[in-house]
Amino acid sequence: MNTAEFSGFLFFSSVLAGLLGALTGLGGGVVIVPVLALLFHVDIHYAIGASLVSVIATSSGAAAAYVREGYSNIRIGMFLEIATTLGAVFGAYLTARVSTHAIGIVFGLVLLYSAFASFKGKHSETGTTKADKLATRLRLRGNFPHATGDVGYVAQHVPAGFGLMFSAGTLSGLLGIGSGAVKVLAMDQAMKLPFKVSTTTSNFMIGVTAAASAGIYLSRGYISPGLAMPVMLGVLAGSLTGAKILVHSNVKTLRIVFSLVIVALGIEMIVNSVTGRL
Amino acid sequence: MRVTDEGLEIAIGRMLQAGVLLAAAVVLVGGVLYLFHAPAGPRPDYSHFHGVAEHLRTPSGIWHGVVHGDAESVIQLGLLLLIATPVVRVMLAGVGFLMERDRLYFWVSAIVLAVLLYSLWHIQ
Repeated sequence: MNTAEFSGFLFFSSVLAGLLGALTGLGGGVVIVPVLALLFHVDIHYAIGASLVSVIATSSGAAAAYVREGYSNIRIGMFLEIATTLGAVFGAYLTARVSTHAIGIVFGLVLLYSAFASFKGKHSETGTTKADKLATRLRLRGNFPHATGDVGYVAQHVPAGFGLMFSAGTLSGLLGIGSGAVKVLAMDQAMKLPFKVSTTTSNFMIGVTAAASAGIYLSRGYISPGLAMPVMLGVLAGSLTGAKILVHSNVKTLRIVFSLVIVALGIEMIVNSVTGRL
Repeated sequence: MRVTDEGLEIAIGRMLQAGVLLAAAVVLVGGVLYLFHAPAGPRPDYSHFHGVAEHLRTPSGIWHGVVHGDAESVIQLGLLLLIATPVVRVMLAGVGFLMERDRLYFWVSAIVLAVLLYSLWHIQ
């Protein structure tokens, strides 16, 4: 295979990964890394480098559309970004210390968790207005548009949410992904924010989190232009198309099929890591 | 001019979109050059990690390459622009909070910016 053919294959695989990532709500990063590692036999460090830049692109590219909906909370996002960026720097340091096999196994587990979490149905639509001392002090509250008019909400369990966000940042820096699933877990389950606020604010935070490890990745030579070019352009195109499809259609069955694909990729990653083929 | 949270978020959303489009355009130009100049032989091997060439790891090295028409450097320049986009976003939010006279969140933005700059300091 010559360079042009290889770039073409990478581009189309990345478009599919972006589509899959957008339709499952997991983001393109968790799909493209296993595809690069398992299908194209790319070393995992180059794979996570290419993935990280595509994560920044999709997060920033989708932000304008999310802002228009009026759900994302800029203060909650910025406050939690302290935790995610610190975690991301820590995670980027870890990638150089731990073995390729360990990265592969952690990656597989994150894939399995993400697929599982996207099916856990117990989300709070409206959040809670219960007073919380720390949240009040930090102004971690807001309003969002609802059928019955604007509804207020207040964040709960701020330290737990902050801690989970640090973990989300660490996984992002270690694996080159957006780790949206863990970010949503922190805001939705721990901080009891309305689900729509959690998902849109999470998207906003992903780009900043990824940028915090990108400098370290670049200086270590993880970001290869020949790989990052088709991957970044492909994932961006795929995820923006996926977001459009999501608005116009009910994709419940599609989500089930795709989540099974994610589970298969997770198992593949773990098996290949354990047997030393990664 | 009165700055509201909503106005601030819309401005930031637009900025992010413009930044990504610009970065993607530069990467695309670099990509076309890259494929045009690609040798006819087999594709590069990525199965063993060596790290990319030194000059593709620093802004000054990348810029030097761009001036000399190196395709890989043009792609890297686009990726640098992409990485800079969220950093500018945090700066913009900080300025916005200052205009809203929200000192607490001005400092929160400053801390996030400090962490980002700490990471980017590696690539000097």
